[in-house]
Amino acid sequence: MNHRTRKFIPQIITLLFIILVFGFFTINAQLNMANRGIDFGYGFLTQESSFDVQFSLIDYDGSHSYARAYFVGLLNTLLVSFIGIIFSTIIGVIVGIARLSPNYLIEKTAAFYVEFFRNIPLLLQIFFWYFAALRALPLPEKTDAFFGVFFLTIKGLFVPAFIWNNLDIFLYSVIAAIISITVIRIYAKNLRENQGKHIPVFSISLAILIILPLLSFLFGGVSLNFEIPVLKQLAKTAFAYEGGVGIPPELIALTLALSLYTATFIAECVRAGIQGVSKGQKEAAASIGLTTNQILKLVIMPQALRIIIPPTTNQYLNLTKNSSLAAAIAYPDLVLVFAGTALMQTGKAIEIVSITMLTYLSISLSISVLMNWYNKKIAIKEK
Amino acid sequence: MNKINFLKPNKDNFYTYFYTGGFLFLLSFLDVFLNSFFKINITSFLPEFLSFMFPLIIGTIGLHLIRIEYSGLKNLDLLNKHINTNNFNAILTLLIIFIILKSTPQTMSWFILDATISGDSKEACTGSGACWTYIKIWFNRFMYGMYPNEFQWRINVSFIILIALAFVGYFSGEKLKKYLTFYYVIIYPIIAFIVIYYLISGGHFGLEWIETGAWGGISLTFIVSFFCLIFCFPIGMMLALGRRSELPTIKYISVGFIEFWRGVPLITVLFMSSVMFPMFLPQDFFLDKLVRVIIAISLFEAAYVAEVIRGGLQALPRGQYDAAKSLGMGYWKMHIFVILPQALKLVIPGIANTFLALVKDTPLIFVVGLLEIVGMLNLAKTNPKWLGFAMEGYVFAAIIFWIICYAMSKYSYNLELKYKTDR
Repeated sequence: MNHRTRKFIPQIITLLFIILVFGFFTINAQLNMANRGIDFGYGFLTQESSFDVQFSLIDYDGSHSYARAYFVGLLNTLLVSFIGIIFSTIIGVIVGIARLSPNYLIEKTAAFYVEFFRNIPLLLQIFFWYFAALRALPLPEKTDAFFGVFFLTIKGLFVPAFIWNNLDIFLYSVIAAIISITVIRIYAKNLRENQGKHIPVFSISLAILIILPLLSFLFGGVSLNFEIPVLKQLAKTAFAYEGGVGIPPELIALTLALSLYTATFIAECVRAGIQGVSKGQKEAAASIGLTTNQILKLVIMPQALRIIIPPTTNQYLNLTKNSSLAAAIAYPDLVLVFAGTALMQTGKAIEIVSITMLTYLSISLSISVLMNWYNKKIAIKEK
Repeated sequence: MNKINFLKPNKDNFYTYFYTGGFLFLLSFLDVFLNSFFKINITSFLPEFLSFMFPLIIGTIGLHLIRIEYSGLKNLDLLNKHINTNNFNAILTLLIIFIILKSTPQTMSWFILDATISGDSKEACTGSGACWTYIKIWFNRFMYGMYPNEFQWRINVSFIILIALAFVGYFSGEKLKKYLTFYYVIIYPIIAFIVIYYLISGGHFGLEWIETGAWGGISLTFIVSFFCLIFCFPIGMMLALGRRSELPTIKYISVGFIEFWRGVPLITVLFMSSVMFPMFLPQDFFLDKLVRVIIAISLFEAAYVAEVIRGGLQALPRGQYDAAKSLGMGYWKMHIFVILPQALKLVIPGIANTFLALVKDTPLIFVVGLLEIVGMLNLAKTNPKWLGFAMEGYVFAAIIFWIICYAMSKYSYNLELKYKTDR
């Protein structure tokens, strides 16, 4: 057996095996569907869905199509992932830094938090928040307001809604502020590199960011009102809040569980990243006369971020995938709305499960592609 | 200068600072302690807000005063170094101490002091604390699911057999040592399957057949995790080798397989195994729900194991491959005797994390209608005779899972130390 055949035989065997398995599955699927009288196709997406979703970001009711129900689910998934990512990052960074604190109590508290929340299944945590902790909240008519405007009840959290006049002018002013800050930063960088002059970029940026939107309020005719939720009596014993924005308890429970759980992993990434920067770097930076803030900003963070960001992105991906556990507490995410209700109604198992999986797969793959690009960009360029 | 020195501790006024600061710190401690344990507010003469903030303010001043460098007192220096480095740290320290003091009495009373464990119905629970009676009555269900009571000895016996067989490695003689890997990788899983199939499932030798739908509770968690652990490891290893292969077909098939499973959430995989997979099988061919779930979870976790092992393979220096090849070793010989032993040693923490994730993922099998402990809790919670004890159930399950997972992570840490070799 010469070298070439030795390379070809295993490949051909593997390929044949894969083709056989797929062929077997396809033939069975065709036979099964023919027997049960199901036809394969994606035509059902345009049909009327005739089921309702209790929480959606876009306009939706039973008269809309299955495709729109899919988008409702997708948007809800993205919403809970987005909120979860923000909170888990904040908690994770704080806890990660706290684990490196010289203060014994703080370090131990952070370690306790990480060990505690990491070793309990996420599903159990979601159930705990939803069925045990949030069910202990007061009824709408018995609740006390936080700061007079927030109402935390068993039916969810009710917060004031923003009512904008001329929102577009306000947005333009914010965009203008961001553009001018970018220009100033570039100018300041040039000035520093060419002439060695420093201008206080941070204070100027902050001033622009405050003043420009403020001007739009004073002269642009922009105004902002708050619509505070009001308790209404629907029946003798039924009360509900009207007006404002209502955040359903499912979303609160899911966000709490996801961010507390994922934050433990992010905390470990942050700790590893900061510990990964060798002590000599800090000492060298101090010896050339940089201040503590400059050391952190110019020497430690760029190196630590290189270690922190890849695993943290992985955790964000995990959070997005874990948000599918929403189905367990009936938060209408992609899995519940589409792979649950829509599948029950249409019976199109293969089509719907494959669309759901492809959606998650494309979210994951696009983030990994971005990550690979970023990794290449920040990799240490050795000479 | 003397007057300015009055504001700073020195040799002469050291004890003034030490005693004043210590007194203030202890006073703040005492205030919170009395407040939380005995409901006595010693600062009730102050306005409400001040009374609330009093311990924090007093404690911060106290800690500020006793922050004396090189005091000569060993314990004080230790205290300053660890919990009292600056004002910000001092405030955080105080907050943590106060929160612990405040929450201890409530936690204690809920868990132990006001809790009920006697009786056998909901009416026994009259205290304000936890109702452990609920756990006591439902304990059997949480352990064995819907498995009939009179047959539960079968689960116990098979678990005892499996645990006993797992310890064979410790008692085997020197001569048999080299067969241990073979035993654990191939023989042990087969024995485990036979034991579980004949003893727990039954249907042979006069044992009554019990369908997998009735299995549940912690024992099901163990069965699912056990088989998935056993299956996902070899599959993951083959995928990792496949991904590093020079043969393009094998490489790209492995990459596609790994990326697919890593890109989708487990819940959709379980959905697939329950609603989509039966469509792909011949009509008269029936695969049990539990078997489908074990296959699905094993394939899913295998992709993660593969990525972890790939990390270990990449970390090995090229010299190891070259040296093995120069000795005339073929692909399989090289990997089995040189590469994999070193690579696997490197990735023990990563594999342990994947296994932990697997154990924590088992509750998800509720999607296909199998009720392990979390599923059983949700079922028990809706029982009309036992409404309103969700908290106790979840706390109970959380403690069990925490112990399992914490023990696993500690064990993997020990394993890591044991196999650590210096390069």
